[in-house]
This record gives sequence, structure tokens and C-alpha cells, in this order.
Amino acid sequence: MAMFKNITIGQYIPGTSFIHRLDPRTKIIAAFLLIILLFMLRSFIGYGFAALFIFGIIYLSRLPIIFVLRGIRPLLIIILLTLSLHIFMTEGTEILRVWFISITIEGLSRGVMMGLRLVLLVMGTSLLTLTTSPILLTDGIESLLKPLKRIGVPAHELAMMMTIALRFIPTLLEETEKIMKAQMARGADFESGNVFQRAKNLVPLLVPLFISAFRRADDLAIAMEARGYRGGEGRTKFRELKFAMHDVYSIVFVIGFVLIISLFF
Amino acid sequence: MPDNLIRFEDLSHSYMQGSEQEWLALSGINLDIKRGEFVVVLGHNGSGKSTLAKHANALLLPTRGKVTVAGLDTKDEANVRSIRQQVGMVFQNPDNQLVATTVEEDVAFGPENLGVPSSEIHARVDAALELVGMQAYRLFSPHHLSGGQKQRVAIAGMIAMRPNCIVFDEPTAMLDPVGRKEVMNTILDLNKNEGITIMHITHFMDESILADRVVVMQDGQIALEGKPREVFSQVDTLHRLHLDVPQVTALADRLHELGFGIPRDILSIDELVSYICRSE
Repeated sequence: MAMFKNITIGQYIPGTSFIHRLDPRTKIIAAFLLIILLFMLRSFIGYGFAALFIFGIIYLSRLPIIFVLRGIRPLLIIILLTLSLHIFMTEGTEILRVWFISITIEGLSRGVMMGLRLVLLVMGTSLLTLTTSPILLTDGIESLLKPLKRIGVPAHELAMMMTIALRFIPTLLEETEKIMKAQMARGADFESGNVFQRAKNLVPLLVPLFISAFRRADDLAIAMEARGYRGGEGRTKFRELKFAMHDVYSIVFVIGFVLIISLFF
Repeated sequence: MPDNLIRFEDLSHSYMQGSEQEWLALSGINLDIKRGEFVVVLGHNGSGKSTLAKHANALLLPTRGKVTVAGLDTKDEANVRSIRQQVGMVFQNPDNQLVATTVEEDVAFGPENLGVPSSEIHARVDAALELVGMQAYRLFSPHHLSGGQKQRVAIAGMIAMRPNCIVFDEPTAMLDPVGRKEVMNTILDLNKNEGITIMHITHFMDESILADRVVVMQDGQIALEGKPREVFSQVDTLHRLHLDVPQVTALADRLHELGFGIPRDILSIDELVSYICRSE
């Protein structure tokens, strides 16, 4: 029962493509701009350009397209729901009527647009996490949030929390498996019964897990203190992010693209 | 430069001071750790040995008495940074002391905290990983390493801070025999070849044979102190303190009592073999 053995955190796929080599900050900013653009678009031509942009990035990243599309699957129900709500609930020129349900042109076009928006949103943001390792992503977020420190955003602390979470997720999963095995050996049953029974059966698993997590947190705090940790003040970085020329070009291109498309379409 | 690196003077410590559960963990400890020395602190659970260790780098402060590191008082807040740089500490649980998601970044954590410039951190990380023989694993994530390897990474994390002394708080207690051996070899190497002062807390007797000095603790006080040979020849006293002597010393002691011409203070198998062969 090695169920957690090969778990990958995030969905990063290592590579050496142009997109992989971009500074994480460039990619975060680009993803952010893309999200804004998708919420501003009003026409199908606009969506066409946005789709072209995303497929262009997929091509440059040399990722199999299936990895990017996979991100849509968990959201399929939400996308279909949005689509059908818009199609059936919008008033306008009727083109089809079955009993009391009417379908309108306006509804159809709005529904498809909403669906496209969600699909492109998911694809755009998964491209970010597919081509950026969690460590670099954390560094990028910390660096981008740094100017907000003045208004009280704890940039360093947030990044440290993310790092520690990434570090301890596999450890805690391993521990969960160990506790589950120990309890199954004594007759615990995690697999049968309805949803509520199963949820109830998880309680004896969660209690020892939490106790041990708190103990770990205590140990880790002492170890960090012993290694001279005193928060972000006066700290240097092992890995320094550097904007290269290709980052500047990319950002200028994305800003230009977003401006033009959002102005005209 | 003073000869004594760490100095415990009349050190007492009580936990939960002022409450009903107040409990005296250390009372009246006087101990000097000299530069370059390899000191092993032995004692069974609750003898106060971990509490003593945590005083060496200001993780705990004395309730009474004084602790100084290279002349700096641990009670003075302004000294804490310098003390933590000079006295590193490796803990029992290998999992709960690694912070970062890759080996090299974890080793860099200490120097980052000290504000060392980025280029120098890289050089220090390389050197530290080389010293503990973990350079091949620099991009590994800690959860893919064995216990012994994790402890060596933790040691590398200390070395990268360039300390004068490393305190080991039962670093082998959670390891298998292979991991224990790896870690002990690394510790010995640091002491003999790098000149780093070692204070090693353990309850494994055989880890203390190569020490310069052994300190045995009992109920928050120092019960015995001396060279390993002097300490382990007192088999009866050690038994009274609920400590076992190394197997080979115990055997020599029994042979001595049965009237064979073998001394009581034998520490290694080779030594015993040579005595037995000579008395033939």
C-alpha cells in the first residue's frame, strides 16, 4: 500500500525550453495580465487571439498539450454548469424552444464565451505551474510581494510558510500512511461504509497526525532558532533571481499584446 | 584566545519556574569545554543532558549561574547572534531540523540567516557538502534521503555557518546501525581533521570510547568525569547510575574479578585480544 510513494507536489514538469528558463516573476506577471485580459474580452475574435497566445506558449514550452488540457478535467462540471446556465437563462431572440425551456442567440454566445474564458484561464495558469518549480514560484512570489512590505504584507513569512509546507507535505503523508497501517493492523476500517461513516473513521487518524505535526513544528522552530533564524531582516538569499534580456522582451511583448487585444476586441 | 570555549559556571536550570510543576533539571553544574576537545556527555533519560546542551547556544538561559561562549555571556541578548554562529547544534530527529526542499538550499539556510553574500554562500555550501560526503545529493529533496544522510545534511548545515563548536544532542538515537556509523565517522572527522570542538550528548556507551573526556550525568548533576578509560573502569558506579559499560569492558571486568590477569579499563576488542593472547 505505497499510495503516497510517488506523489508529486504541484504539477511541475522539468524542462529546458525558453518558457522554462524565464524568470518566475516574468511568468507570474504574464499569467496575471492574461487573467485580466480574459475578464475584459467581449468578442469571439478576442478569445481567438487569447487562445492563439496560449497555444503559442504551449508550443514554446514543448509540453505535450495533453498535460495542459488535463488541468481542465476537475473543473469540467463547473464549466458545463456555467455554460448551460447562460444558455438557458438568458433572454433575447429565441431560436429553439422545447416545452418551457428556450434557447436564445444571446444566451448561446454568452455561454460559449464564459466557457471559453474558464478553459483559457485554467490553461493559462496551469502553464505557469507546469513550467515553474515550486521553489522558484515561491521565490518569485516573495520577490514580487517585497514592495508591499511597507503596507504590512508579510512577504518573507508567506514564502517561508510555503517552503516549509512543501518540505513537510511528503513527511506528513508518509506519517499518515504509517498511522493508517498501524490502525488497520488493529482492525480499523477506512474503506467501507457511506461518506459519513468514512469521515467518522478518519477521526482516530487525524488526532495522532495533528499531535505529531505540532511536535514537529516545535522541534523545527528550535532548530531554526539554533541556525540563527530571526525572520527576514538582514537575511541574504542563496539563489538570487535575475531578470535577463529575454525576460524584458517577454514582458514588453505580453503587455503590448494585452493592451492591443483588450483595446480593440 | 582563551583556552576554554564554553564555560558552565554553577549552572542551574528549572523548567516551569514559579508554577506548581517547577522542576529542577540542572543543579550546580561546573564544566569547561576546551577548544578542539571532544567531550561526550552520557546519561540516561531525564538526567539533564539535553538541557545542558541547549544552554551551550542560548536556546535555554540559566536560572542560576552563568554560561559563557568564548567569553560572551549567553544571557546578554546582544551576544546571541555571535554565540549561535560559533556554537552549532544538531538534534535528535533528522526530519524535524531540515527546513528547505532541497539539500543545497537547506545547507544554505544558516549562512542566509547570518547575512553572508550570495556568492560566498555557494562556496560554503559546496565545501560543507564535500566534507560530509553528500555533494552527489545536492539537488535531492530531504524526504528521499536515509536517516543517516539527513543527519549528515544537518551537520553540513552547521559547518556552512563556520562554527568553532558543534553540539550534538543525541544525533544517533533515531538511526539504524549503518546511519549511526556514518554520523559518528563524520563527527570524528570534524574533530580530528577540522579542529571543531565537539560536545556529543548520547546514551550509547560505545560512542564515547574515542572521546577526550567523558562526563556522566545523573539527576541534573555531574556524577563522573574523566578520560574514557578512567570512567569506564568504574563498572560498579556506572551500574548504579543505570548505565552500561561497553560490552568489551564489561567482559574484561568479569575476567578481572574471576582472577585473570586482565586490567579493568579495557576499551576495545583489539586491546582485550592482545591481553588475552599475552597471558597465554
